[in-house]
Amino acid sequence: MTDVRPGPETAHPSLDELRAEALAGGRKPRRYGSWYAAEHMLRAMRAYGWTIVVGALGQPLVYLFGLAIGLAALIQQEIPTAGGGHVSYLVFVAPSLLMTATIAVASEEFTYPVMAGFKWRRYFYGFNASPLRSPQIANGVVFAASARMFFAAAAYYLFIWGFGAVLPVVTVPAPATAWLSVFVGLLAGWAFGMPLLAYAASLEEDTGQFALVQRFVFMPMFLFSGTFFPLTNLPIWLQWIGWISPLWHATELGRMASFGVPVNGGMLAVHLAYLLVLTVGGYLMAGRIFTRRLAK
Amino acid sequence: MPADVIRAANLVKTYKVKGKPDFRAVDDLSFEVAPGESFGLLGPNGAGKSTTMKMVGAVSTRTSGDLEILGLDPNRYGPEIRSRLGVVPQDDNLDGELNARENLYVYGRYFGMPGRECARKAEELLAFAQLEDKAKSKVDQLSGGMKRRLTIARGLINDPRILLLDEPTTGLDPQARHILWDRLFRLKERGTTLVLTTHYMDEAEQLCDRLIVVDKGRIMAQGTPSSLIREHSSREVLELRFGSSRNEQVAPQLAGIGNRVEVLPDRILIYASDGEAALDRVVAAGLEPITSLVRRSSLEDVFLRLTGRSLIE
Repeated sequence: MTDVRPGPETAHPSLDELRAEALAGGRKPRRYGSWYAAEHMLRAMRAYGWTIVVGALGQPLVYLFGLAIGLAALIQQEIPTAGGGHVSYLVFVAPSLLMTATIAVASEEFTYPVMAGFKWRRYFYGFNASPLRSPQIANGVVFAASARMFFAAAAYYLFIWGFGAVLPVVTVPAPATAWLSVFVGLLAGWAFGMPLLAYAASLEEDTGQFALVQRFVFMPMFLFSGTFFPLTNLPIWLQWIGWISPLWHATELGRMASFGVPVNGGMLAVHLAYLLVLTVGGYLMAGRIFTRRLAK
Repeated sequence: MPADVIRAANLVKTYKVKGKPDFRAVDDLSFEVAPGESFGLLGPNGAGKSTTMKMVGAVSTRTSGDLEILGLDPNRYGPEIRSRLGVVPQDDNLDGELNARENLYVYGRYFGMPGRECARKAEELLAFAQLEDKAKSKVDQLSGGMKRRLTIARGLINDPRILLLDEPTTGLDPQARHILWDRLFRLKERGTTLVLTTHYMDEAEQLCDRLIVVDKGRIMAQGTPSSLIREHSSREVLELRFGSSRNEQVAPQLAGIGNRVEVLPDRILIYASDGEAALDRVVAAGLEPITSLVRRSSLEDVFLRLTGRSLIE
């Protein structure tokens, strides 16, 4: 056996130089690290880019077209709105479908890619060995998912516009605020997605929890959150599902924005506050779980 | 003599275990690594090597003790330290959704490198890792050895001052291991400081200027590979096999041959300065081993001596 001889004498920098170099090297990642992580996640999305595009464009098309020629044709009765006005069924249901679309994106982006990052492919650990900080990795996931949610919400909005679900509303004040529903959609996605992100990050094993979330959280929420009919149509003992559902709160905001029902300031505050609490609470929790898990 | 790039003093890492006392994964480790040095942590699985590497890699915080990497405290300057480290983890954590080139490119972006610089560096490293023709292949299509090389290439995207390699060749076939060793030699020649963990003694002997032998989170011995062998073993080792049922039985008759006799379940080791002479004495005593082998002492023997256990169990 021979000892490994050190390589040709290399002039090594002093410790002060190395320290200064490291301090300089940390500057950009500290500032922009979240965007770097988002860039990675967005690139990875290209692997299923067609699913994203087809989903974002196809879903509103199918839903709105299906409802317009089917259910909306059947339901000729105008739906009463909170302010005492009435809108057509399609106008009534459109904002809730937009909110559902972003929540559906959140239920995908904040589950399987997170499990892949921690468990299946472990690429979050790769991020973590670089100058990125753990909360920045969580931010990257959120930013990339938000881009997809925004795309889905904007596509929905344009289709709603195209189907005349917004513009022909003349029986209620002009909905100059309708475009806000895209951002309410984003908020809906966050309010549902951030706690889900925290939950997904906390899972050590995938034993079908995400499928259960789809079946027992997402589906009941979709059906019982005043999506297809006013929440007040439900018996009182079922209405609580709507009250705790981010979809209901977002849908109510979306309806305020989309067909200009007179805004009740108190309820506006309640809806916004509820969605923000879920968003911020979930976000903070997710950041902590990412940090704890990646430091193990 | 330039100042040490890594200084660890009384480093401790404990983990909470439900219903049990805290588990001390790293228990009072102290060591230094000089710039350009190739430093190894040798020990069996669960010795605390990877935990130590995570602390040195500024991703896991220490429970107590002092640690300085590139003159900075990792608890406070994690991103800064990591900006000058290259890390090759035990499990490849490449992104399977991206191809080889993209994996390098996006990793460069984490360091704040401009896109053009990332692209240039990615090409250079694909060549270094002999993966030019696999640049567009998805990671999932690469062999284990290729993934390992790509992971090492990724660890070099920022021209790191220190490259941390955790079990770099575990699970690779001999040819792939030799290619990797060659790449690491080149890095060493360029003056990159290497810190690696391994439970392969031949790897430690090949790559390390100096190493610490770790077991149960503590340092058992430290020095150059040859000095460790000199101090803790003999020049040669005679390996005898009498059949698993007879090894124990024959052992007492070997007393006095060589400096020391170690009985393992499958063989007997006799530590001696002259293995052939020891074998002659065995034969002269009327014993007929099924097989015999004289070899030079290795770090495996050092480990066995220090802990009473084999490195790979």
